[in-house]
This record gives sequence, C-alpha cells and structure tokens, in this order.
Amino acid sequence: MSTPQQSGSTTTVIQQALAENTDKRDIGGMLKRQLQQSLAFGTLIVLVIFFAIASPAFFTVSNLTTVLLSTAVIAILALGTTFVIITGGIDLSLGTGMALCAVMTGVVITNWGMPIWVGVLAGIATGVLMGLINGVNITFLRLPPFIATLAMMMIAGGLALVISNVRPIYFSTSAPDFKRIALGVIIPGIPNAVLITIVLAIVAALVLSKTLLGRYTFAIGSNEEATRLSGVNTRRWTIFVYMFAGAFVGVAGVVIASRLDSAQPQIGMGYELQAIAAVIIGGTSLLGGRGSIIGTVIGALIMSVLVNGLSILSIQTEWRNIVVGIVVLLAVFFDSLRNRQRT
Amino acid sequence: MSDPILRVEGISKGFPGVQALKDVHLEVRAGEVLVLVGENGAGKSTLMKILSGIYTRDEGTITFEGEEIELTSPLQAQQLGITIIHQELNMMPDLTVAQNIYIGREPRKGPFVSERALNRRTDELLKRLDIKLDPRKKVGDLTVAEQQMVEIAKALSFNAKVLIMDEPTSALTDTEVETLFVLIEQLKQRGTGIVYISHRMDELRRLADRVSVLRDGAYIGSLEKSEISVPKIIEMMVGRAIDEGTRPEAREHTADPVVLDVQGLSTKSLLKDVSFQLHKGEILGFAGLMGAGRTETARAIIGADRKDGGSIHVGGKQARIRQPEDAVKRGIGYLSEDRKLLGLMLEQDVTFNTVLASLDSYANAIGWMGDRKAKNQTKDYVQQLRVKTPSVNQIVKLLSGGNQQKVVIARWLMRDCDILIFDEPTRGIDVGAKEEIYRLMQQLAASGKSIIVISSELPEILRVANRIAVFANGRITGTLRNEEASQEKIMQLAAHGEEEE
Repeated sequence: MSTPQQSGSTTTVIQQALAENTDKRDIGGMLKRQLQQSLAFGTLIVLVIFFAIASPAFFTVSNLTTVLLSTAVIAILALGTTFVIITGGIDLSLGTGMALCAVMTGVVITNWGMPIWVGVLAGIATGVLMGLINGVNITFLRLPPFIATLAMMMIAGGLALVISNVRPIYFSTSAPDFKRIALGVIIPGIPNAVLITIVLAIVAALVLSKTLLGRYTFAIGSNEEATRLSGVNTRRWTIFVYMFAGAFVGVAGVVIASRLDSAQPQIGMGYELQAIAAVIIGGTSLLGGRGSIIGTVIGALIMSVLVNGLSILSIQTEWRNIVVGIVVLLAVFFDSLRNRQRT
Repeated sequence: MSDPILRVEGISKGFPGVQALKDVHLEVRAGEVLVLVGENGAGKSTLMKILSGIYTRDEGTITFEGEEIELTSPLQAQQLGITIIHQELNMMPDLTVAQNIYIGREPRKGPFVSERALNRRTDELLKRLDIKLDPRKKVGDLTVAEQQMVEIAKALSFNAKVLIMDEPTSALTDTEVETLFVLIEQLKQRGTGIVYISHRMDELRRLADRVSVLRDGAYIGSLEKSEISVPKIIEMMVGRAIDEGTRPEAREHTADPVVLDVQGLSTKSLLKDVSFQLHKGEILGFAGLMGAGRTETARAIIGADRKDGGSIHVGGKQARIRQPEDAVKRGIGYLSEDRKLLGLMLEQDVTFNTVLASLDSYANAIGWMGDRKAKNQTKDYVQQLRVKTPSVNQIVKLLSGGNQQKVVIARWLMRDCDILIFDEPTRGIDVGAKEEIYRLMQQLAASGKSIIVISSELPEILRVANRIAVFANGRITGTLRNEEASQEKIMQLAAHGEEEE
C-alpha cells in the first residue's frame, strides 16, 4: 500500500495518479486481493508441512490422492454455494439435496434401466430444479434464504428416503461403468472425481469473475436495492444463482453416488455445513458482496487436509470436528480483523 | 476571550491513496459555537472522527482542558466530555427515550433495571434542557427532530463539554430548526463548546461565533464573529467567488416534444391524480414539503413502488412500467435521495458502480464480460464529469459525497438514459460541488436530456429548474415557470394542501 508523497496537495496527487496510467493501481489491487487469500493459503501450506513432518504416511502420493478425492464432493458443493453466499444468501439444502440428486440418478439408471448419461442429466436437473424452487421462494414469496432452504433441506431429505424406500440403490449390476465417473482415471494419477472438481472450479472461477452472472452475483450481494433501481431484474438473477448452485449440487450427487457405487439416501446430512464452512474459511463474506472461488477451493482443501492429517495421527473423529470448528472460528475472526483495518 | 477547552494542533491523517488531513488546527472555546465548513472531501468528517475517537491520527496533538490527551474510542471520548452527534442518528427505535439515553448505565435495583428511577432521571434531564418529551415513548415513534433532541440529551447526560454536530438540520423542518437553535443557545450559556458542521450559509450567519474553514484536508483559516461574511467564507472554501442568485436562462419549452407524459398517477398511500409533462431538454423541478409526494411520484413512475392508477407515456408511446427494469429500458434513470442506501455499492470500486446499469451491454451472447471496454469507458466518464478519484479502481466508500453523486450520474449517462430524475441531488454536498452538479445538469439538458429534479431547497430549485411543479399532500398544487417563480410563491403553493386538510 503506497501512501502519497508528503509534498503537493491532495489534488495534485490525485491528478498525478490520474495522469499516470491507472494500471499501476490494478496491480496494487490485485496484490491486495491475493494478500487476503494468502492467509488461507498460508494456513494450508503450514498444515501440509506440519502433517508431513508429523507422519511419514501423510506426504505420500496415495495419501494425497485420498485427500483430494475426499475433498471432491465438499468442494463441488462449496463452489456452487459460494455464489449463493456472495449474493448474501445461504443454502442449507445442499446436503440432503445432493442425496436426492443421487437417488434420482439411481432411479433413472437402475430402476428404469436408462443409459448412464440420462441418469447423470436427471441428477443435475434435480439439483437445478431445487435451486429454482429455492430461488422462487426467496424472491417471489420473500422468504429469508435461511428458512426457504431449511425447508428444502427437510423436503429433499424426506423425498430421498421416500423415493428410494429408505434403501440404497446399487449400480454394480445395472451399470458397472457408472463408478468410473468418479473413480476412473483419464489423466494418470488423478482420479476422475478430482479432475471433475478441478474443471468445475475453473468454470466457477470464470463465471464468477468474467461473466454477467458473476457480476450480478456481486451486485446483488453488495446492494440489492441499488441494483434493482439500476434496472436489473434482481429476482430473475437471484433465481439463476440458486439454479446455478443447484447444478453443482446435482454434479456432487452424481459424483458421490459413483464413488460409493450406490445412491445412499441418508448420506447428505451435514455436508451443507461443511461446504459452507469451506466457503467461509476461504474468505467469502456471509454478509455478501465479497468472495472468491480460489478461496473456496483452499478452504475445502484445508478442511480435508485437517481431517485426513488428524486421522493419520490417529486422533479420534470427535476431536477432528472440534479442530475444524476452531478453524472456522479463527477464519472468521481473522476476516473480521481484516475488515476492521479496512475502515 | 476564554482559553480553548479543546485545542487541536498539527493533525494529519492518511488513508491508502488519499491524504485526508494535513497539519490541521482547531480551537473550541467554552460557550461558543464554532461552525466548521469546507467542501466535501475537505476533511471535516475525518477530523470529527478523530475527535470522537473513531479514527486515530497519524500526527499532531489534542489538548483538552489544558492536558494533552489520547482518544482511543468513542466511549472514552464521551467519558472525557467530547461527544459527536452524527448526521445519521444512532438510536434503537424499539427502546424508549429513557432506555436509549441511559443504555449501558441503567440504574439498578438489585439485579433488575429500575424503570422508575430510569424514567425519573430522564425526566429531570429533559426538564433541565427544556425538552418536552415523554421518557417512556419509543424512539421509533418520534420525529427525526425529536430523536435528535434525545441524542443531544444523551450527550449532556455524559456531561459533554464539547458537542460536535454534523449537519444537524439536514432532515428538519423550519420550526424544528428553530427549536434546535434555542437549545443550542441554552447549551452555550451552560458553557458547552459546540462544533457545528454545516453547508448552509443562513445557519452559519445565525449561529456562528467563529468559523473555521478546511479545504482539501488543509486548514485554511478562521474568522471571528465580526469578520464573518458569506462571500469571504465561500471564497475560502472553494478558492473562488460564487454568484448565489443565478437563475437559468428563460427558455420556452412548449414547442419541444413531450418526452414524458404522466396523467392521473395515483397510489393508495398518497398520490392523487398527479399529472405533468416533461419536455425534451427541460429541467422540471419538483418542490414541496417532505412527504408531499415528490419522491413517491418518482418511485411510482420508475416502478419501484406500486401504482394504483394513471398512465405514463414515454416519447409518445404508452409505457407499462411495473419494475425499475422497465423504466430503464425506456431510458428513465432515477438517482435516489439516499445515495448510500439505495444508490451505491460502497464496498465496490468506481468501475463496478458506474457500469452497474449497463452491465448487459458489455456482455456478449454467452454472458462474457468485456471488462477492458467497460473500464475504459468508465475512465472517460470519470474525466468528463471530473470525478476526483485516484483511479477507477478506488472503492466508492472512500470518495466524497459530491464525487459519489457524480459516479451515479456517470452510471446513467453510460446507460444512455434520456430522462433523468435527480432526487435531492446535492444533499450532503457542499457549496462548490453543488454548483458543479447544477452546471452538469444544465449541460445535460442542453445536450438534449430531460431532467426532473426533486429538491427541498428552494434556492436550488430556482437555480436549475425551467419549470417548477409544487406538491402538497400527494397532488400537484401548481406549476410555475422559473421567471414567474419566487420562494414565496412556491411556499404558498406548498402550504396550499395543508390549509385544505
């Protein structure tokens, strides 16, 4: 952060800054933004180094692959919900919604005997449809996002059980290839689930930073009424954001079904909170208007590195949750410190 | 002349990209009103925030009652006896007057708050100040003026020796202003030193014992009561003289095409049969008292609020406007009276705020944004409107009010709107910048834009509007051409509806 020179009045400093190319400021702004993410990134590096020293089993190719694989589902959910959170909303229906998407995929492929790609599309469509319903409830019925998606969380969870008769739907006989979606390998050394996550992360990052949808996501989160008065149909764009996030829920449902080679109707609970935690650790503000995809990816990685590392150090599951909880607290605390400095 | 109770010397404060204050001096004496003036961005707010413990200074000393002090938090400043009353009041609307005044210091009876003692104490305080308010009334049910009284009472309950008021009259009616001035006079007699920040020259003339002027973050000078003259102060503020009595050139617009034709506009809550026509290149003023229906008319036209009757024609064609999106598509842009709440995204940069209404025109078919083009055009508008900002990447929150307003203007120019509705365009903006906004509006009208300007300041309306529609109780009670209009005539029409009731 450069402060203007002592000499000269403010106006001349401003004129200088205007006269000079403003691109210099661009770089300054970029560095600042990266600095904000570097806290999360630094934490990730420190954790990796710590676990690598603490246990030789951690920093091995097979374990790191496990870490990435276990990150995949949470990360995919977190990518989509980053958009929702930047608009100032929240989505609690991610977890059970994901289970419902998985079940729908199972029903289409196993019970109806349709091809795999139809099942995949059905899963994603289910996610998008849930997003549409969430969006409509929030904009037209003016329900607070917390309530609208809490209701959807319960409905989706219930539907997943009803449709599946509370039994897992297996793919092993109906579609033996289905598990390759997540566990197959196109690029050597990288399971497909990880590859899918990477591709989706790139797509999400581009959509958020380079497209109209991303711009309106930030605009709505920054000041919804000002955006509306500027002639933007904020209802429509809010619904789009929830549908977009719903598509990620659908993909997560397909990936988790493929990884488990079965659609487990009861699996979703708790995933939504982990995904939201990943988004928050990554520096996205719950107040809306601020956030990034790279931050979310790092946040998701921090969570799975922690969980994996602690289990390698044979620390009990109960304790892992406690540690993750503390990390969430610290992340939000440092974020608020940063905000205080800004004003 | 008594010794100053508060003396500020050599204060400097910088923010990233801006040196907000440079070597500023200030003295406040007991029992006087020091009026602090300066254009927007001159550093008044920053100085006041330092004095109330919100910001810390980079350099300089603060001496209070002869001792050098450090101000670390608003609470600490308050306990020392320095209190600020912000332009936006900070009260809890659902608590009573007494609860608001003594929040955090409630009298106890065992573990419980003693409401009786609380109300009695408040009653005494209010009586002492001659403020007629019921301590048990909820603050949310009070008028803005009454809420301000509560804030002042609260400050004095801390035994404030220095009271800083930031544009206290900006939301008050004339009678309320009178009551406030009487109270200020009382405070002076009790020996309270008052720092009064204002843009209004008539207030300055009435109240000031001394005037201090800031410009571009620097201390320009002070005038004692005997030396005060308005032209001199304005010159100190802007570095040049301003002609206050300017009127727009008389122009006949009846021959120009009608771009906006509103007939019989009504809403359930307020508006009754509002009809008017706006011609191309014309500036039409909406005058009237607060709540007379000016802002409500604007919001109903652009579809921000529900209409319950009436028709709107834009450019001769019937326009069904149900939401702001429809209005913008027809080239109507609305600049809200509340820039911060309804106009700007304070945490986003100048570019984002400027392109907000035109985002879709910078995106291609799949929604990919042409950022470079958007940024370059923003730079063009920043230069054209002379927005003072270190770059287009500056966060809007850090700009002064006048420059923030220019950013909103740039937004609608970029969207190529032909009809602009300015709602209180210079609220919270000081004299020099006001004049710049007026000229800008006139240039826009001359270039073929049509403008509606809503303002509570009659000199402002008379300064810019070619025609003036006066509102009272939800209807237009008369329309005057600028040449035939005067403050008295406008006030007569504005009060017209009051008499009717």
